[in-house]
Amino acid sequence: MAVLKRLAEGDRPAVEFTLDGEPASGLLGDTLLTAVLTCSEHLRGSDFSAEPRAGFCLMGACQDCWVRLGDGRRVRACSTLLEAGQQISREPGRTL
Amino acid sequence: MIEVDAVIIGGGIVGASAALFLSKAGRRVALLERDFCGSHSSGVNYGGVRRQGRPLSQLPLSQRAHELWGQLPQLIGIDGEYQRSGHLKLARSLNDLHALQHYAVSSQGFGLDLQLLDRHELRARFPWVGDVTAGASFCPDDGHANPRLVSPAFAQTARRHGAQVHEQCAVTAVEHDGQRFRVSTQTGLELHAPWLLNCAGAWAGTLAAQFGEAVPMHAGHPAMLVTEPLPLVMNASTGVEGGGIYARQVARGNCVLGGGQGFALDDARARPGQHAVIEILRQAVELYPFLEGAQAIRTWSGTEGYLPDRQPVIGHSSTQPGLLHAFGFAGAGFQIGPAVGQALTEIICSGASKTPLDAFSITRFHSISVA
Amino acid sequence: MKAVVIIGAGPAGIRSAQTLMAHGVRPVLLDEAARGGGQIYRRQPENFKRSAVKLYGFEARKASGLHQTIDALRGQLDYRPETLVWNAEDGALDTLHEGRAARLEFSRVIVATGATDRILPVSGWTLPGVYSLGAAQIALKFQGCAIGERVALCGSGPLLYLVAYQYAKAGARVVAVLDSSPFSAQARALPGLLSQPATLAKGIYYRSWLTAHGIPVHQGATLKRVNGEQRVQSVEWSNAKGEHRLDCDAVAFAHGLRSETQLADLLGCEFAWNPLNRAWLPQRDHAGRSSVAEVYLAGDGAGIMGADAAEMAGERAALALLEDIGYLIPPQRPDSLERSLQRISEFRNGLERAFAFPEHWASETADEVVVCRCEEVLAGDIRKVVREGHWEINRVKAHCRIGMGRCQGRMCGAAAAEIIACESRRPVSEIGRLRAQAPIKPLPFGLEVEP
Repeated sequence: MAVLKRLAEGDRPAVEFTLDGEPASGLLGDTLLTAVLTCSEHLRGSDFSAEPRAGFCLMGACQDCWVRLGDGRRVRACSTLLEAGQQISREPGRTL
Repeated sequence: MIEVDAVIIGGGIVGASAALFLSKAGRRVALLERDFCGSHSSGVNYGGVRRQGRPLSQLPLSQRAHELWGQLPQLIGIDGEYQRSGHLKLARSLNDLHALQHYAVSSQGFGLDLQLLDRHELRARFPWVGDVTAGASFCPDDGHANPRLVSPAFAQTARRHGAQVHEQCAVTAVEHDGQRFRVSTQTGLELHAPWLLNCAGAWAGTLAAQFGEAVPMHAGHPAMLVTEPLPLVMNASTGVEGGGIYARQVARGNCVLGGGQGFALDDARARPGQHAVIEILRQAVELYPFLEGAQAIRTWSGTEGYLPDRQPVIGHSSTQPGLLHAFGFAGAGFQIGPAVGQALTEIICSGASKTPLDAFSITRFHSISVA
Repeated sequence: MKAVVIIGAGPAGIRSAQTLMAHGVRPVLLDEAARGGGQIYRRQPENFKRSAVKLYGFEARKASGLHQTIDALRGQLDYRPETLVWNAEDGALDTLHEGRAARLEFSRVIVATGATDRILPVSGWTLPGVYSLGAAQIALKFQGCAIGERVALCGSGPLLYLVAYQYAKAGARVVAVLDSSPFSAQARALPGLLSQPATLAKGIYYRSWLTAHGIPVHQGATLKRVNGEQRVQSVEWSNAKGEHRLDCDAVAFAHGLRSETQLADLLGCEFAWNPLNRAWLPQRDHAGRSSVAEVYLAGDGAGIMGADAAEMAGERAALALLEDIGYLIPPQRPDSLERSLQRISEFRNGLERAFAFPEHWASETADEVVVCRCEEVLAGDIRKVVREGHWEINRVKAHCRIGMGRCQGRMCGAAAAEIIACESRRPVSEIGRLRAQAPIKPLPFGLEVEP
C-alpha cells in the first residue's frame, strides 16, 4: 500500500534502496519521503504514542518526517533526495 | 494599603518557599514578583537536585533540602518529575579523580554516601559514559526534577495556603519608617510589613545597596539545551569535576544539557549564545557517545546572581533590622531553595534558623569595596 | 569584510539579490532548499520535465522569470543553497551546511524567510494521509505526486481553490472542497478584492472550473474530524444542513498562511500585534526597514501578502539597504513599488474577509484533539494549565510543553494561542508572543565546526 500516488514524471530511472532492511525502489529525483510513501504508509512512529506518522508540511517546517540512514545520519525525508543504495530505517517511536 | 507580616520580593524558588512556609506557620505574606513566579533562574535552570559537589558549608542546608525534596508531592501537590536517579560526577583525569576522592573524604558525615568508581567500575556500571573519563563519584540519592513545574508550584501552593501572590508586579520603592517597611509597586499597591525578604535573585543587589550593603554580585547566564526525545539511556544526572558540561535525561526521553555561559539581551533576558551551544554539542559526544547524531531542538538561558566566592548571601541584614537577604546562589539554588525558605521562616517565627547560616552572612563583603 | 546577506531564496530573496547585484553589491544568499524559488514557486528536481505552465498555471511566467533570475545570478553572487541559518546574534548568522557549522558576520541582512500553512488542528490530523494544503501542492509540483487516491481539500484561503484546481487538472480525484468560510463573507469582501481584478478573476475561474468539472465545493463547511486507524479512511464535516461523512484516503487542510518570524526575533526586531494576520509580526516600514538598523524584512516572513508582493518587497528592501549604505537608487522606483504594495495590501484585506478566520474553532475543539503533534499535547492539556491561572503563552508552554517540540511551535503555535485566549477569556492579542529560541531548526550533535 502507499500514501502518495504518482501522477506525473513516471519516466525516470529507478533507484534501488532498502527500507527497514527490505529492498525497495524509487525514482531518480524522489525525495526520501516520496520514495518511502509511494511504497508504504508511514515514515516514523510518534515519540510518545508510537502512532504512525507520514510527514505533514513537506517544506522542512513540521519536523515530522525524520528518518535514519545507514551511516547513522538522521535526515528530514521531505528535503533529502533519494540516492541509490541508501538504507533508510524508520524509528518505531515509543509509548510513554 | 496592605498590611502583612512579611513582604517577599522575588517569586523564585527561594521567595516562594519562604512564602509557603510562612503561610503554613500562620503568617500573613505578600509575595511580589516582577514577572511570573518561577519564570527566571528558578524555572529555567538545569534542574539538578544535587548535594554532591557543594561547598561543605552548604551541606547542612542542602541535606535539609534533600528531606524536603523527599516529600515534594505532599509539599507542593505535584511530583515535579523529581527522581532520585543518582548524581554522577565524572573525572576527566586522574587529578580530577583525586579531587573527587578528597571531596568524598571531607564530606563524610553529611550523609551523601558517595561511591567512588574507577575507570573500570564506571564503565561497568554506567556503560553510556564515554572513554574520556578516568572515573567518577556517585551520589545515589541525588537526582533531578523539572524546574519549569516545581518552582511555580511553590508559589501556587503558597497562594493556596493564604499567601498573596502578586505577579507582574515590580517594586518601585522600598523604605523603612523606623517601625516597618513600606513597599510600593508599579501596579499601585502599597504594602506595610515588619519583615522584608530580599529574594530577588540576580536583581537583589539593588535592594541590598539601598540599605547600605552593596555586594559585588554579577549576573551570569548559564547556557542550556535540550535534545529531541531519545531512547532512555542515562540513568543518572551527571556533571564533570572542575566544570564543563552537565547532562540528565528526563522520563520522556529528552536529554537536558548545560555548560558555559551565554549573554544578556537586556536586564531580564538572556540567550545561551552560539559559542556555548557548539561547545556543549562538542563535549557531549565525547562524554556521552550515544548522543552522536541526535538533535538539539531548543536552547535557552537565564539570569543568575554570582558573588565572588560563589556562595549565597542568606540571613539578616547587618544594617536594617527586619530585612532578610537570600540571593546569589550561583546557579545552584534550585536544590537548596526550599530549605532556605524554611530557614528564613524560622528566623521570623522563632528568632533563628535551625541550620547555621553564618557562612552566608552579607557582612563578609563589608570590607570589600564595590566597583 | 562583512557581507550583505539575504536569508531565503524565494520571490523576495531572489528579487533582493537581483536588485543588489544590479547596483554592484554582491550579497551572500542563504537558502535551506537545494534549488531557489521558495515554496509557492517551488522548483522541481532537475531531471523532471513538466513545463512551467503545467506546474504553475497562470503564474508560469512569474515562476519562470524568478527561476531564470536565480539561474543567471547564481554564478555571480555568493549563493549557498542547503544552508540553514539556525541562530543569529551579535551581528552574525550561525549556519549549518552538510553537517558543518559556520558563522557569517553581516553588515546588513535582508530576512526573507517566507511562510508556512496556518494550521487549526482537528481530531485525526496526525494520521498518515493528512497534510497541509501547502504540502499537497508541493507533493504535486515538486514530486509529481498526489497525497492520495481520493483527496478532500479543506480549510480556507486562496490556496484551497488553487490546490483543488491543480490537483483535478493533474488527474487526481478530488472528492470535495470544504471551504470553512461562508459565501456571505466572500460577497461582503468583494469591494476589497476588486482592487486586484486579475487575481480575483483567477480565484473565480478556479472555482467555476471545479464546479464545471463536477467537483463538489461546499462553503460554510467545517472539517470536524479525520477518521482512520493507521491512515485516513474518511472525514466528517458539518454545515448549516447538518453533519456529513465522506470516504477518502487523504486530506489537506489549512487556514491561510503564517509568517516564519524566528530569525527576525533572534535578530532583535521589535514585534507588534497584527490583527489582519492574527499574529505577532516583526515591524517593518513601507521600505522594509525593521526596528534594527542592519536588518531588513521582505516577503511573507513579516506578514502574509503573497508572492507578487514578496517580489516587490524584496526589491524595495534591497533599495532601502542600498540607500542606507550610500548608493544612489532610481528616484521613482521606491514610490512606484510602495504604491503597488499598497494596492496588494488592500486586496489582502479583502481576502481576509473572504476567507474569514474561523473564530469558533477554539471553543469547538474537543479536549481530546492533539494540538502539538511533536509533544502530543492535547487541547485539554492547554486548557487545564489555563484553568490553573496561567494565560501568558510562554508560561503555558512551560507548563504543558505546547510548542516545545522539534518544530518549535510552527505547527501548533497559532492554534495554541487561540485556545489559550478562548479559555482565559482574553483577546488573542493579549496572551503574549511565543519567543523564538535557537536553534530555529534541529541541530545535530557531532557537527563539525568551521574554525
